[in-house]
Amino acid sequence: MTTVLNAAAIERVLARMAHEILERNEDVFRLVLIGMQTRGVFLARRLAGRLSQAARQTIPTGALDISMHRDDLDLRGAAPKVKATDIPFPVDEKTVVLVDDVLFTGRSVRAAMDALMDLGRPRRIQLAVLVDRGHWELPIRADYIGKTAPTDLDELIKVKMTEEDGVDEVSIVKNSA
Amino acid sequence: MSWARRHLLSIEELSPEEIVTVLDTAASFKEVATRTIKKVPALRGKTVASLFMEPSTRTRVSFELAAKRLSADTLSITAQASSLTKGESLKDTAKNIEALNADFVVLRHSAAGAARFLAERLEAGIVNAGDGAHEHPTQALLDTFTIREKLGRIEGLDVLILGDILFSRVARSNIWALTKLGARVTLCGPATLAPLEFAKLGVRVTHDVEAALRQADVVNLLRIQHERQRKTYFPSTGEYNAIFGLTAERFRLTKPEVLIMHPGPINRGVEIASEVADGPRSVILEQVSNGLAVRMAVLFLLNGARGADRAPGASSP
Repeated sequence: MTTVLNAAAIERVLARMAHEILERNEDVFRLVLIGMQTRGVFLARRLAGRLSQAARQTIPTGALDISMHRDDLDLRGAAPKVKATDIPFPVDEKTVVLVDDVLFTGRSVRAAMDALMDLGRPRRIQLAVLVDRGHWELPIRADYIGKTAPTDLDELIKVKMTEEDGVDEVSIVKNSA
Repeated sequence: MSWARRHLLSIEELSPEEIVTVLDTAASFKEVATRTIKKVPALRGKTVASLFMEPSTRTRVSFELAAKRLSADTLSITAQASSLTKGESLKDTAKNIEALNADFVVLRHSAAGAARFLAERLEAGIVNAGDGAHEHPTQALLDTFTIREKLGRIEGLDVLILGDILFSRVARSNIWALTKLGARVTLCGPATLAPLEFAKLGVRVTHDVEAALRQADVVNLLRIQHERQRKTYFPSTGEYNAIFGLTAERFRLTKPEVLIMHPGPINRGVEIASEVADGPRSVILEQVSNGLAVRMAVLFLLNGARGADRAPGASSP
């Protein structure tokens, strides 16, 4: 196991990403953050906390579950666990920053964009990820990247977050399965 | 937990965890109905055939809309059960369904065990939408979902099922679901329609409607099934209403937070008075909305479990 980001590094990275998001979006009144279940939701809340402080206004946050839009429903042994989609504000004309923990093939982001379009018509969609591990299979790139971590396909990126796992840590592990 | 069933045939065979998985999944699907576009692509390219060999409006429409909102193609076959003999009709039906290459068959049939009969003979996933007086699993799931959503729990609640128990698949499925999740279930109705032998399912049977109403957190009323009974079970609908109907006077006996439920269609003035059915404690129409979410969840879960068969190189469980 190799540690990619420890707790202090994650905080530094989120601080930088928050600044990049503000730098790119002068029309901060349009800004909303939507986290992809599960760890993307925690990241979105943390980023929104920093953004709200820096911009002196509350940046709305929502949670998006992509299970119903996945393209691999026929390739799994069982249906994925469907979690809540909770976006308590209209996304029309908003700049939506989608937040996820890891960018890998890009298929989850594709599903998330489809799901998001069903909720309304955002003005723009941007993508923020804590780790970009490469191996994209679709023409999807992140706008804000915490850490670029090239990986082999037999490796897993393990993201732990205090809210769910009791600790903040990103590591690379060999996939033993 | 992950859901591994390819068919939904009964509540009796489900574990409490499986029931909770359906309810949790349904909660997510309920949100879909609030979106601008109330449709998700989860079953795109799949075909859901509804085969209703008994009259039904709300269940059939609910399943069809659920399938459409999952982006499946739907087709509907309705037939008069009376025009076909049961065994032959099902065999013929099975052949027709195979020819149509449906991925799912939603079956309503007058014979108990009809859904299992098809499940043993077809590749398609079978959803029991009511088989005779045996079970109506999605109705029990949507009733349970509604109770949990409204009261926050199932365990420890007193649920009264009042009416025609004997002929009711809704009662049987509800008894299984509620007792598995830890509710106390009481059955009440005329002795001919609520026989004491139901006690062996782990429920209480009483014929004292007023005492039962005072105690209940939930009252689930069942329709008198005229079509399944001869005239000998009770003298008249007027007399039924006088003794067992949920009239405005009897409603006053219930707890202030009681939930009044009914699977529909309601017979106003027979098992329930209009002012109760349309009153503030009635969740009858919410049951209809929740039914859609529950049926979407069921189709979604069954479809996921069938993915293992289609996966390249995967072995089926």
